[in-house]
Amino acid sequence: MEKTIETNRKTNGQYDPLITHPYTVKRVINETHDTFTLHLGPTNGRNTIFPFTAGQFNMLYMYGIGEIPISISGDPSKPEQLVHTTRAVGTVTKAMRGLKKGHSIGVRGPYGNGWPLDNLEGKDVVFIAGGIGLAPLRSAMYQVLANRDSYGKVVLLYGTRTPIDILFRKELERWKSRFDLDVYVTVDRAIGTWRGYVGVVTILVSRAPYDPRNTVALVCGPEVMMRFSIMELKKRGVKSEHIYLSMERNMKCGVGHCGHCQLGPTFVCKDGPVYRYDEIDYLLDIREV
Amino acid sequence: MENLESILKQHPFFEGLLDKHIEFIVGCASNARFKTGEFLFREGQEANHFYLIREGTVNLEIYSPQKGAITIQTLDEGEIVGWSWIISPYQWRFDARSVDMTRLIALDGKCLRDKCNEDPELGFELLKRFSPIIEQRLVATKIQLLDLYGKDD
Repeated sequence: MEKTIETNRKTNGQYDPLITHPYTVKRVINETHDTFTLHLGPTNGRNTIFPFTAGQFNMLYMYGIGEIPISISGDPSKPEQLVHTTRAVGTVTKAMRGLKKGHSIGVRGPYGNGWPLDNLEGKDVVFIAGGIGLAPLRSAMYQVLANRDSYGKVVLLYGTRTPIDILFRKELERWKSRFDLDVYVTVDRAIGTWRGYVGVVTILVSRAPYDPRNTVALVCGPEVMMRFSIMELKKRGVKSEHIYLSMERNMKCGVGHCGHCQLGPTFVCKDGPVYRYDEIDYLLDIREV
Repeated sequence: MENLESILKQHPFFEGLLDKHIEFIVGCASNARFKTGEFLFREGQEANHFYLIREGTVNLEIYSPQKGAITIQTLDEGEIVGWSWIISPYQWRFDARSVDMTRLIALDGKCLRDKCNEDPELGFELLKRFSPIIEQRLVATKIQLLDLYGKDD
């Protein structure tokens, strides 16, 4: 977190991590029946463009309704296009879904750490995404694909509920057609004319083409899905210290002050949301009260 | 061209089996091929085979009169199809249908069952190999039932 603030201070001089900046909606994409992507641009020009790391999140504020943390799903090399993908599930996100081009929204961030992509050179990289968990991994995918030669095999395993819940469909098709990328999409429940895989994403972990001795896995999705994915990764021989996961908790302040997102001795907003698995494995069994 | 013995020996499922057992299993094996949409087996039929997918994809399905064929799981190259041949009453619980042109090795379960009765060591080895597959698919089914990506997660 300190590192992030430093970066922003250098960029902006006056940066305060708790100040919300007005952004303008540039584009709204309806990804599925309940999931949408917002493309945002700073209302006040370039002085509120913040560089971000794949895996970080922003606090998005719907004026008069509420503020929520949402992962950045855009390309880290294009911070001027702030992209967020989320699902209309609560009061704030449902209101957010009604936003149109030209509307205003508050943004503060970016917060948290990101995926450790700089340390993965030469490794096979396996992305494991469940449901909306593909959104924060998409930023990392952009970065890896922009430096494709630096990595070994790159594999994306994506599981979701049904074919109509598949996110970033066109992008997945483009990625599937690449020869330097293995993309597997599976659904828990097949409906309509779906001819792809059926079954949970954890099954794909056991059969996907990667060298477990030289693999780093980046996992994001519901916690149960992540636990079982990790189990399969370990069965294949991927070391615990080579598994990273993005955790989700009730994040409020974004800077580790309020304590709402405490996970053991850590705060997800400040020390996460990306954790190395062997550093928090004992915390995954703790029941929240 | 690889023969059945070398294919079976190289497959992780048969890894570590004694040569005499591999030899016997090879005697129960044959090549099989199913066209797109063709059934490997159907629910309720006698389960006398299991398959090793060499190329192609197989869907496990259950048929509902209201909803038609519902795919439960997709099995891919290298995977094993079917364990009902080893569990009484030796009847298929699901349909298995070839998604595309599929090449498999078919293993005669009836012949293996008889041999397992004579040679409990082979029987135990095969059960040891089928148990993790059964466990993995049971866990997968439980996760599917959780509807993890529903709105409440």
